[in-house]
Amino acid sequence: MAKKVWNGKNLLGLEELSAGEIIHILDTAESFREISTRSIKKVPVLRGKTVVNLFFEPSTRTRTSFEIAEKRMSADIVNVAALGSSLTKGETLIDTVKNLAAYKIDILVIRHSVSGAPHMLAKRLDASIVNAGDGLHEHPTQGLLDIFTMRQKKGKIEGLKVAIVGDVLHSRVARSNIWGLSKLGAEIILVGPPTLVPREFEDMGVKIVHNFDDVIGEVDVINMLRIQLERQNKNLFPSLREYSNLFGLDDRRIKKIRPDAIVMHPGPINRGIEMSASVADGPFSVILDQVTNGLAVRMAVFFLVNGGSKIRSML
Amino acid sequence: MKLLIKGGRVIDPKGVIDDNLDILIENRVVTKLGKSIKGTGCKVLNVKGHVVFPGLIDMHVHLREPGREDQETIETGTRAAVKGGFSSVVCMGNTEPPVDNEGIVGLIYAQARDTGSANVFPAACITMGKKGETLTEIGSLKKAGAVAISDDGNCVMNSNLMRRALEYASMFKIPVIDHCEDVSLSGDGVMNFGSESVRLGLKGIPAASEEVIVARDIILSAMTGAHVHLAHISTAGSVDLIREAKAKSINVTAETAPHYFTLTDESLKTFNTNFKMKPPLRTEKDRKAILKGLKDGTIDAIASDHAPHVKHEKDVEFNFAPFGIIGLETSVGLSMTSLYHKKILTLMQFAERLSLNPAGILNFKNKGHLSEGADGDVTVLDIDKEWTVKEEDFVSRSANSPFVGWKMKGKAVVTVVSGKVVYNELS
Repeated sequence: MAKKVWNGKNLLGLEELSAGEIIHILDTAESFREISTRSIKKVPVLRGKTVVNLFFEPSTRTRTSFEIAEKRMSADIVNVAALGSSLTKGETLIDTVKNLAAYKIDILVIRHSVSGAPHMLAKRLDASIVNAGDGLHEHPTQGLLDIFTMRQKKGKIEGLKVAIVGDVLHSRVARSNIWGLSKLGAEIILVGPPTLVPREFEDMGVKIVHNFDDVIGEVDVINMLRIQLERQNKNLFPSLREYSNLFGLDDRRIKKIRPDAIVMHPGPINRGIEMSASVADGPFSVILDQVTNGLAVRMAVFFLVNGGSKIRSML
Repeated sequence: MKLLIKGGRVIDPKGVIDDNLDILIENRVVTKLGKSIKGTGCKVLNVKGHVVFPGLIDMHVHLREPGREDQETIETGTRAAVKGGFSSVVCMGNTEPPVDNEGIVGLIYAQARDTGSANVFPAACITMGKKGETLTEIGSLKKAGAVAISDDGNCVMNSNLMRRALEYASMFKIPVIDHCEDVSLSGDGVMNFGSESVRLGLKGIPAASEEVIVARDIILSAMTGAHVHLAHISTAGSVDLIREAKAKSINVTAETAPHYFTLTDESLKTFNTNFKMKPPLRTEKDRKAILKGLKDGTIDAIASDHAPHVKHEKDVEFNFAPFGIIGLETSVGLSMTSLYHKKILTLMQFAERLSLNPAGILNFKNKGHLSEGADGDVTVLDIDKEWTVKEEDFVSRSANSPFVGWKMKGKAVVTVVSGKVVYNELS
C-alpha cells in the first residue's frame, strides 16, 4: 500500500514520492498558507535550526521564496552563493558540503546546474537536503507549488487536463510537474517542437502535441515554460519570432482557451516571447498565486523534513 | 628455463583442441603439447581440474603512462592485467604526450620491460597529437613496435583523412582502430540518449553518434579494401551494420567491452559516475544485440577499455566526472559469468573472443594458440570459482568500477607470460 504520510529526511524529487505522500505535503501546505496572512508572520518551528541555502546558479525568485519561508519558520539562515566561494578556487562540491556538515547544519537547500548533484550529497550528509533545482532533472518545490495552485483553483487534480508548453527537454520544472501530476491522475499534454519535446517523453506516460492550437481549447491548465534565449543559437528552433508564433500564448491565441482554464508560468517570464504582457497580467493568469503558494509549500516541506508530523502543536 | 603445465583441460581455438593435455614451454616458447609429457629439470605447475587457454589478450586498455601515473602506471596496469588473466595488453596512445612518435613507443617498451608483468604492445596515434589533422609517421611507428594505430578517445572525424589513414596503413599491415563517435551528435552528452536520459535530465549521446561513423568506416573500408577495426561497439544498430558488412566480405572487425553486455542505461538512475563511460551504456535492446553479435561472431573480440581515473576525479557532479571505468580485473569474470555460464559462448568461443581473434586482428602469429612454436603465454581459469568484486582487491591504481559488489563465477588462477608464472593463486 502506498504511503499516505510523508516524513522523508530529504526532498530530492517528486519521482520517488507516492500520490499519498504528495497529497500529505499539499495538505500540510494548506495549513501554512494562513501564517503569511498574520500580522506577526512567524512560527517557531525551525527555532534553533540552521538552514544553509547553497546556490550554484543565479536565482532571485526561488532563493527569495526559500529565504522568506525559512525566516517565517524562525530558522537561522546562511546563504552561500557559488560566486566568490571556495568553489571558484577549485574545491569540490563534496569538500564544500563536508565543511558545512562539520558545522552541524540541519537543512541544506541546494540548487545546482548538474542533474543528480543533491542525490550525490544525500548519501553523505546527515542534514536534510531540499532540492531547489538540479540541472534539467527536478525542481520538486516548484512542482509541488504548481500542483498546489492547480488544486486550489480547479478543486482537484485527478482527471485534469494539463498542457505543459515549451522547452520541456531542458526543464526541471516540467519533469517535476510530470511526475507529480501523473501520480495524482492528471492527463498531461506536452506541447512544443520535437527538438524540445522529443518523443522519448512518451515513456513517462504523457501525450505529445506539436500544434498548440490543436489542444489549447480543451485543457484546464496551461503551464508555460520559460524559454532560454540562448537555445536559438543551438538550432533547437530557428528564431524567437517563429517560436513565439508557434508556441507563444499571445492575445490572439488566448481567445481559444476554455473560459475556466488557468494560465501558469514558473517565472521569470520573457514577456512577448512565451506569453504576451496582457496574458501574463490577464484574468486567466494565476502566476502570482503560484508565488504566494510557493511560500506555503516550502514552509510545509521544511516542517516535514524536520520531523514535523509529530509536532503539529507548535503551530 | 622450462615450465611444464600439467593436468589441465586445454582449449586451443586455432587447432580446435579441447582435451586434457600437458604443455611444455622452453625458452619462452611452447615446445610440446601432448598427453603425459615427462619433463626433466622443469618447473612443474599442476593445474588439474582447471582450464588452460592460450594467453588472453586485452586489445584495448589505457595504462596512462606517460603522463597520468597517478591514475595508472605500466607496472600497476600490467599487474592488474595478469591478475585478471591477460598475458598481453594493447595500450592506447592517448597518453600525455600522446604516442605519435617513435620515442614514446620506445619509452613504453622500456618501461614495460623494466616494470611490467604482462606483454605490453603500444597502439600509436593515427594523427599527430590526436588532433585529426595530419597523419603520424605510421611506417616509423610500426618499425618502432606500434601494433596498431588509433586516435582512441577521439574519432577521426574528417572522412578523407580516415580514408587516407586506411589506405596508407594498409601497406604496413597494421590495423587502424577507430573510436566511432560523431562528436557533433554527441555534443555535451553524458549518457545514452533515450527514455532514461530524458527522465533523468542528463544530456544524451544518441546511438546514431556511433552508428554514423561505423557506417562511414565500413564504407571507407569497402572503398579502400583496407582493414578497419571498430573499437568498443555498444549499439544494436552498429551490430547490424557490422554483420551486413561481414556478409559482404568487407574487411572489418569489431570489439565490445564487458559493460556493454552486462549493464544498461537504467543503472544511471543513481547518478553514480562509475556508470559513466564512452560510448555510454545503452538500452536493454542494445545489450541483447551485443550478446547476439558476440554469439554469432559479428563481434570478434572482447576488450575491457580499461580506463583508470582516481577517486577524486570521479567523486564529483555527474557532468563533471571523466568518462571511463577500469576493466582488466573484471573482464574475465564478467565474460565467464554472463557469457559462458549463460550459454552464450562455449569455452572455445570464449578463447576466440579473448585470445585468438585479437591475435589475428593484431597480426600476432604466435599468440592466440598453443601449438608448438607459439609464444609461452598461458591463462588458466577456474571456470566455476565464485568470487565477489571488492574495491580493496584491485591492484590497479584506480578503483573506478561499477562492478564492485558483483558476484562472479569464473576466475583466472594462473597467468604465464613468456614461460614465466607471473600470477598464481593456486599455490
